[in-house]
Amino acid sequence: MSLDAETVRRIAALARIRVKEEEVARLQGELNHILAWIEQLAEVDTDGVEPLPGAMRMKLKMREDVVTEGDLHEAILANAPDRADNALGSFFAVPKVVE
Amino acid sequence: MTYTLEGRTGTWEIVCGLEVHAQVISKAKLFSGAATAFGAAPNTQVSFVDAAFPGMLPVINRECVAQAIRTGLGLNAQINLWSRFDRKNYFYADLPAGYQISQYQHPIVGKGEIVIDLADGTTRTIGITRLHLEQDAGKSLHDQHPTKSYIDLNRAGVALMEIVSEPDIRSPEEAGAYLAKLRQILRYLGTCDGNMEEGSLRADVNVSVRRPGEMYRTRCEVKNVNSIRFVMQAIEAEARRQIEVWESGGEVQQETRLFDPNRGVTRPMRSKEHAHDYRYFPDPDLLPLELDPAWIAELKAHLPELPDAKAARFQRDYGLSAYDARVLVAEQATADYYEAVARGRDPKQAANWVMGDLFAALNRSGRSIADPPVPAASLGRLLDLIADDTISGRIAKQVFEEMVETGADPVAIVEARGLRQVTDTGAIDAAVAQVLAAHADKVAEYKSGKDKLFGFFVGQVMKAMAGKGNPALVNEALKRALS
Repeated sequence: MSLDAETVRRIAALARIRVKEEEVARLQGELNHILAWIEQLAEVDTDGVEPLPGAMRMKLKMREDVVTEGDLHEAILANAPDRADNALGSFFAVPKVVE
Repeated sequence: MTYTLEGRTGTWEIVCGLEVHAQVISKAKLFSGAATAFGAAPNTQVSFVDAAFPGMLPVINRECVAQAIRTGLGLNAQINLWSRFDRKNYFYADLPAGYQISQYQHPIVGKGEIVIDLADGTTRTIGITRLHLEQDAGKSLHDQHPTKSYIDLNRAGVALMEIVSEPDIRSPEEAGAYLAKLRQILRYLGTCDGNMEEGSLRADVNVSVRRPGEMYRTRCEVKNVNSIRFVMQAIEAEARRQIEVWESGGEVQQETRLFDPNRGVTRPMRSKEHAHDYRYFPDPDLLPLELDPAWIAELKAHLPELPDAKAARFQRDYGLSAYDARVLVAEQATADYYEAVARGRDPKQAANWVMGDLFAALNRSGRSIADPPVPAASLGRLLDLIADDTISGRIAKQVFEEMVETGADPVAIVEARGLRQVTDTGAIDAAVAQVLAAHADKVAEYKSGKDKLFGFFVGQVMKAMAGKGNPALVNEALKRALS
């Protein structure tokens, strides 16, 4: 499997990473190199082998239905690039996105 | 009978399936310890996990899993002992992580079904494809600033159940009945409050049209329709649009659309022009969700009686009609109220009072059955007063109105107002004698064959006794006096 330049541009767009046109060829090479490693894994015969969901043999831990956190808005908003405070309270502010 | 729409070139059928997002009732969120309560100040119910701070790890809420299992059991669905969480990747301002934790290939609940009730008294079975658990996103406010959107993450991370139906729905009415029945089941189970105004229950509607006998044609998805009425309107509007496209020689394009209830039309969603590529993959932060069959059995043992079973029992045990039973089980609180009144009394009479006088009183006062102006025990005592002949049915209506207004007990009202029915035959005979003496002419007419005048005498005697004469005894006394 190998990625063409258009697919590289599409992956970048989906990830919201701005890629200059002159970078596409280099990224295409790097991504194809990584894909080649992954494809090597496919050469291993895994028929009848259970998938390994994690490196540690653990079960999914569950929490009880208890409220343990709240009123963290100052900490949550501390690194916001833009915030807004009005009579309702405190918000993240972002460029307008309207449907 | 199949529902069809007439186009310019012939008849069309509708094919429809619903994806319903139901907010899970839980105290804390699906993967964090932040609260889920509606209406808190913005961003005050957000943990570092919900805000996707680096290094934060999700830990699943056991109760949210239990709620999904209960819902699956209530939909007669298969519960999958092994399911998995995947990341659904997309960018939006109210999705801090850039992905939603959802279940893609391996949902917690598989195939099930819902029996829907139609207006003509028939039922139909609609298949459920699956139910999976996922996180809700935050809320964007677009009306607070001319050039900015404000983001409140209180809802981000709240557990949702996405419930997907098979494309079995064939008319707007069936879609409405499906949503109403699903909402009713969720409310009985206590797994979702079903509040569509607050967004606890939201529907995406998949619609296509076809000529009778055809296979499926291309469908469109109408997103975020937030009332049962709008779902029905959106389906018809979208079906008519598609018919127009096909009939004018065009081809329906698969796309996501929005319903505009003011104009009664659907329009394409701009942001979805670029086909979504969610790049699902298993969430590496979470191990598979493995369920113990003993836990499922325990949850099943504690499920409440669901509406269909309750309606069947009401028909069987109380002798109610199918219609009355369905009305009384619409809400759990109504069914509980009815049973409290009916137990040990005349069940048909209890049904008439609850569905007639009580419902009217609720409508007038704007109160709900959960907060009734007359408690079930009081209405029961009123029926007891009728049953033991303390008051007549007509006086009971009067007493009930006073109970609604003052909240007083019926026994107290009857005593205070002297409404106790007169069963003293001496007093009744005296009233009868007085009435007959005052209407000697009518008595003569009656005796010459004008039988209809009997009703007149009854009315006059009741009037003379201020409505308190026992009707059966008044009848007897009159018959005796006139014979």
